[in-house]
Amino acid sequence: MSQPAKPAPQPAGRAAAKKELPEHFKAYKHVWVFIEQERGHVHPVSWELMGSGRRLADKLGVELAAVVIGPTGEATRAAVAESFCYGADLAYVVADDVLTDYRNESYTKALTDLVNTHKPEILLLGATTLGRDLAGAVATTLLTGLTADCTELEVDADNSLAATRPTFGGSLLCTIYTLNFRPQMATVRPRVMSMPERVEKPVGRVIEFPLGLVEADIVTKILAFVPDRDKATSNLAYADIVVAGGLGLASPENFQLVRQLAGVLGAEYGCSRPLVQKGWVSADRQIGQTGKTIRPKLYIAAGISGAIQHRVGVDGSDLIVAINTDKNAPIFDFAHLALVTDAIRLLPALTEAFRKRLSAHTRDRIAS
Amino acid sequence: MHIVVCIKQVPDSAQIRVHPVTNTIMRQGVPTIINPYDLFALEEALRLRDKFGGEVTVLTMGPPTAEDSLRKALTIGANRAVLLTDRFFAGSDTLATSYALAAAIRKIGSTFGAVDVVFTGKQTIDGDTAQVGPGICKRLDFLQLTYVSKVSSLDLEARTIEVERRSEGGVQVLRSNLPCLITMLEGTNQVRRGSMINALNAARAEVVKWSAQDAGVEDIQKCGLRGSPTVVKRVFAPTPRAEKAKVVEAAGQPPAEALIDEIFKLRPKLENEMFELARGF
Ligand SMILES: Cc1cc2nc3c(=O)[nH]c(=O)nc-3n(C[C@H](O)[C@H](O)[C@H](O)COP(=O)(O)OP(=O)(O)OC[C@H]3O[C@@H](n4cnc5c(N)ncnc54)[C@H](O)[C@@H]3O)c2cc1C
Repeated sequence: MSQPAKPAPQPAGRAAAKKELPEHFKAYKHVWVFIEQERGHVHPVSWELMGSGRRLADKLGVELAAVVIGPTGEATRAAVAESFCYGADLAYVVADDVLTDYRNESYTKALTDLVNTHKPEILLLGATTLGRDLAGAVATTLLTGLTADCTELEVDADNSLAATRPTFGGSLLCTIYTLNFRPQMATVRPRVMSMPERVEKPVGRVIEFPLGLVEADIVTKILAFVPDRDKATSNLAYADIVVAGGLGLASPENFQLVRQLAGVLGAEYGCSRPLVQKGWVSADRQIGQTGKTIRPKLYIAAGISGAIQHRVGVDGSDLIVAINTDKNAPIFDFAHLALVTDAIRLLPALTEAFRKRLSAHTRDRIAS
Repeated sequence: MHIVVCIKQVPDSAQIRVHPVTNTIMRQGVPTIINPYDLFALEEALRLRDKFGGEVTVLTMGPPTAEDSLRKALTIGANRAVLLTDRFFAGSDTLATSYALAAAIRKIGSTFGAVDVVFTGKQTIDGDTAQVGPGICKRLDFLQLTYVSKVSSLDLEARTIEVERRSEGGVQVLRSNLPCLITMLEGTNQVRRGSMINALNAARAEVVKWSAQDAGVEDIQKCGLRGSPTVVKRVFAPTPRAEKAKVVEAAGQPPAEALIDEIFKLRPKLENEMFELARGF
């Protein structure tokens, strides 16, 4: 069945010409990045966003501000100081012990009040569980546009934010504008943007802001927090080396070969989506558009075809090695090194060869 | 107790293709399904109803053909289905969608009984934004509980609810009040199959169809394209990488050895780093 050729995709009506920004929005300036803290730790996605935020602010000729919301005390102070090292010109700080744990009600109030008072032009958040929960609530309260899971952020010739994100299950990308509303909000997933360089910078301006809520005003109460036991599972996104397997491995037993190679390399292991759907591997190991985005120095993909939904999760890898029996597999379009062979046979040999190399390395180092 | 579950009819998985020449999306013949995450939301709602009594209303906004998804939900066990359909909704972004759905939920409340809980899936598999749930919630001024894996208890007298909610580093156990909006995580409950009786009833059941006006939408300017602050400017295919992968030739040596040589040739620093990493294990 042939598809009638349509003109280049210009979605009807949506690509409306930019209008003059309404008068009351003209006061909105500066780029803000929400610094996500959970239980005393800043999520690295916040620093990744500072890198993008810095670029946008420089292009617009405005300031870059970090927004730090959390309990009073050392952790919040440290997050503020750290935000200066990652490029913030100033930090807006809402510190109150009511904000010790994330709750939608208190954080939404803090962030919306801040925006309404200090009026940023662009507001960026991580597309984490916390960031998405907060961004959706804040954008609706402010009645402004929010673009989810962006992979690229630019400022166009008119100084508007051009936010690019995957669409149609990752098969296409689209660029989205928030034309006549402010702030322009976007979320970005962890590891999509590269980590900016940290520069020692002891001071910056701090603007404190009151929360205006007491515990009794907040309906939702935290009864308990159960931290994840398996620390390693959440590390996939930040691993330096990742070994992953796909349907080409043919059975859950063969997936062990991936784990074994990862073990020898001190790497994390992951998989393509069908393996999660089949129940061979747990969901937090899925790499790709609906799984984790990774940015390792080395990514080894065994028996993975390289569908676009997988590709968008691994494109930031420094070196992609693909092992696949099909020399026409789409993964070879974006891998750097290709081995056209049976992964089930190669993986044990590779594990063994690496083991030897790395132990020989140990010997050399001890000898020298 | 009255629970509303918002569902969305979405194209089934990877079957969408991009036309190689025109770069347009080829949607013809792609089957539709209920967004998988919404099924977990429906299941959790049905469990609450089975335990505490009351009714579950499923709601979708979409084209007239979205009625199929509602009938499927009735087969699974929902009591009532509402289809919000109107050309004014076309082109809605997440903010405009949440406006329309919230209006419909208010109308459902005034027509069929006050709403205690609204459920949605954590996100859709076509849009992936996870924004519509929180959006509806704020419009209704309900309490927001996202990424919930389980409703652990409910007290209709005290109007309190306890849930387990996923956060980045663990699980939060929260107590909140009704009315609230919950977005459900994947795979946390086994979605039931529809029964024969339900299927028969579903086929005969009336699906309530509302236009924007029927649903009591106050300001049509806040719907569809006009009500959407975000504007899609450009749709395009990702650029292919300039070079194809370098094929590793195992000249005389085992392929595994050849591959390792190539890796270290391209990234000399990796060898040392790998050693450090491997030693850490
Ligand atoms: C909305 C949506 C979201 C999605 N999100 C994701 C996601 O986040 N992550 C993801 O991975 N996928 C995702 N997918 C699915 C994606 O489209 C593909 O279906 C999936 O990535 C394919 O997995 P695979 O490569 O393991 O399997 P297949 O496509 O079946 O490929 C198997 C490959 O193994 C090769 N092979 C076979 N035998 C061997 C052997 N012995 N040795 C070596 N190679 C062999 C074959 O040549 C083939 O290339 C998503 C799809 C949709 C629609």
